[in-house]
Amino acid sequence: MNNKVPNNRAWLLVLPMLLLVAFSAIIPLMTVVNYSVQDVLGPNASFFTGTEWFKSMLNDDALQAAFLRQISFSLIILAIQIPLGIGIALIMPKRGWQASAVLILITLPLLIPWNVVGSIWQIFTRGDIGLMGWGLRELGVEYNITRNAGDAWVTIILMDVWHWTPLVAMLCYSGLRSIPEAYYQAARIDRASKWAVFRYIQLPKLTNVLVIAVLLRFMHSFMIYAEPFVLTGGGPGSATTFLSQSLTTMAVGQQDLGPSAAFSLIYFLVILLVSWVFYTTIMNMQKDKSPHGGA
Amino acid sequence: MAEITLKGLAHSYEKTPKGAADYAIRQMDHVWHQGGAYALLGPSGCGKSTLLNIISGLLEPSEGDVLFDGQRVNELPPEERNIAQVFQFPVIYDTMTVFDNLAFPLRNMNTPEYRVKPKVLEVADILELTPLLDRKAKNLTADEKQKVSMGRGLVRDDVTAILFDEPLTVIDPQLKWKLRRKLKEIHERFNITMIYVTHDQLEASTFADKIAVMYEGQVVQFGTPRELFEHPAHTFVGYFIGSPGMNFMAVEHRDGQVMFGAQPLPVSEHMKHAVANASSANIKLGIRPEFIAISSSSSANSVPIQVISVQDLGTYSLLTFKLNEQTFKARLPEGHSPVSEAAFAHFDAAHVALYIDEYLVEAGHE
Repeated sequence: MNNKVPNNRAWLLVLPMLLLVAFSAIIPLMTVVNYSVQDVLGPNASFFTGTEWFKSMLNDDALQAAFLRQISFSLIILAIQIPLGIGIALIMPKRGWQASAVLILITLPLLIPWNVVGSIWQIFTRGDIGLMGWGLRELGVEYNITRNAGDAWVTIILMDVWHWTPLVAMLCYSGLRSIPEAYYQAARIDRASKWAVFRYIQLPKLTNVLVIAVLLRFMHSFMIYAEPFVLTGGGPGSATTFLSQSLTTMAVGQQDLGPSAAFSLIYFLVILLVSWVFYTTIMNMQKDKSPHGGA
Repeated sequence: MAEITLKGLAHSYEKTPKGAADYAIRQMDHVWHQGGAYALLGPSGCGKSTLLNIISGLLEPSEGDVLFDGQRVNELPPEERNIAQVFQFPVIYDTMTVFDNLAFPLRNMNTPEYRVKPKVLEVADILELTPLLDRKAKNLTADEKQKVSMGRGLVRDDVTAILFDEPLTVIDPQLKWKLRRKLKEIHERFNITMIYVTHDQLEASTFADKIAVMYEGQVVQFGTPRELFEHPAHTFVGYFIGSPGMNFMAVEHRDGQVMFGAQPLPVSEHMKHAVANASSANIKLGIRPEFIAISSSSSANSVPIQVISVQDLGTYSLLTFKLNEQTFKARLPEGHSPVSEAAFAHFDAAHVALYIDEYLVEAGHE
């Protein structure tokens, strides 16, 4: 029966892809792994350190604080952007020129580069010439992002919500548009309330796009760098210093290659782990609890 | 209980319809009696679904009235009409179990839970869904899902009519038959008016007592499957019902003869008279393939034809022939002797029907 011709030349066909992946992902990653277990003193002077850098990174107070800030930031923006995005998608016009107009308007923030967003908000919040900063001051509100940590946080969150909620809204909008009209018709005949339509038709049908939206927004916000860097520079003090900024300071500013490599790997694994746990949980929720249970 | 009356009903999707072509439903009157099993049969795009949506209230007709037991319900939304509708693609609530799906319409009406349960169990029993009640509806097969959507229509006590919009499109052929039987069973048991939209004549005639054939936004004939077959009231019914459909010949009255092109047709005196006195130039004679006899020799009332092909379909043969450059179909009984290319056709006068402006004027007489 076995009439296969042994031919290993097929491997040649895989080679280009392998090379591409090697140069784009594997080799850089392995370089980082290599640095993370060494203490590099100079071009020809380095010695093996084992897991020492990992231990010291995990026990670093400044990094732990940055990590907590990072997690809080991601959770807060998710808690705001996901419901807000769904809400916007629900009230967006469904057809006609209004639909196109709203789509364009809503996409605009997504087209602006990160550091430009930071600059826009930096100017926007200035007390002397910024509309928001000046306006709040005129209203008698104490508002200063360079002095007050709370103001800085609120502004960064506001900025991120402004910049990225449109993405969630657009994903949800496309998800909503793909629900066949018959579902709404059947719901009317079943006398479902507006809330029931949302809860039992729209939300379940949005699950898949929401998973994508949450994953994208989580990963994105967890790596946020340019916007807070331009807006607050991580301050006041270190109140808005997030993980990526700590990493940059360490790797580029101080040239601590070993610790920053260990730190990068931990950073990467955290994102991977959170995304995986989230995805697996959601997918498991959709399965039957008792596949063949009787009534 | 409801008798559904459509009075002067017309519908157009345009805001300002200009001509007849802008209407999805043209001016029509129709009555669906309480407790009947009806089919609404017609080709795609003839307005069947539009009509169904008007009855259920998903669409408001642009002209005319919909009456339930004599009460005008035009402005009533579907939720206030005591009607259930089953759609072409099964609509189920993904995240709910089958039980919750069936209970959904009842819970929306704030029915107390102790009354929800027995009702759901009863309906699940009828539809053979009992073993699936705890399953998530999302993971069911297409026919199970469609049964769940039917079930949601049956749980409500106040439902007086169930509308089906080609509900078996996505179901496997062998299950189609089972589900259709189930529908009939439910119909007999509950005394609910059922209107079943389909483009499949077999589906229509196995399900319904009476079929309304729709064509270009109008009901062109309303009758039992037998009536539709034997006395098609419109050329479209003749063509659409039966397999293959009716043969039609555009004829005129010339020199005291009924002429089909250059070929005089042997018809009864009565028919000849009717053709001669026709008020329109659009005159057609129709005959079903079943009533054309083919023989190799000429007889008194036969016409010469040119045989194109004979197709053996098992229980009968289908003969295609040409007469006056037009293609005809004739059904030959099993065991019919082979025919040569030049043969003779005999039209059974009792089954030749006369159509003027596409509508039946004279049926054949025995």
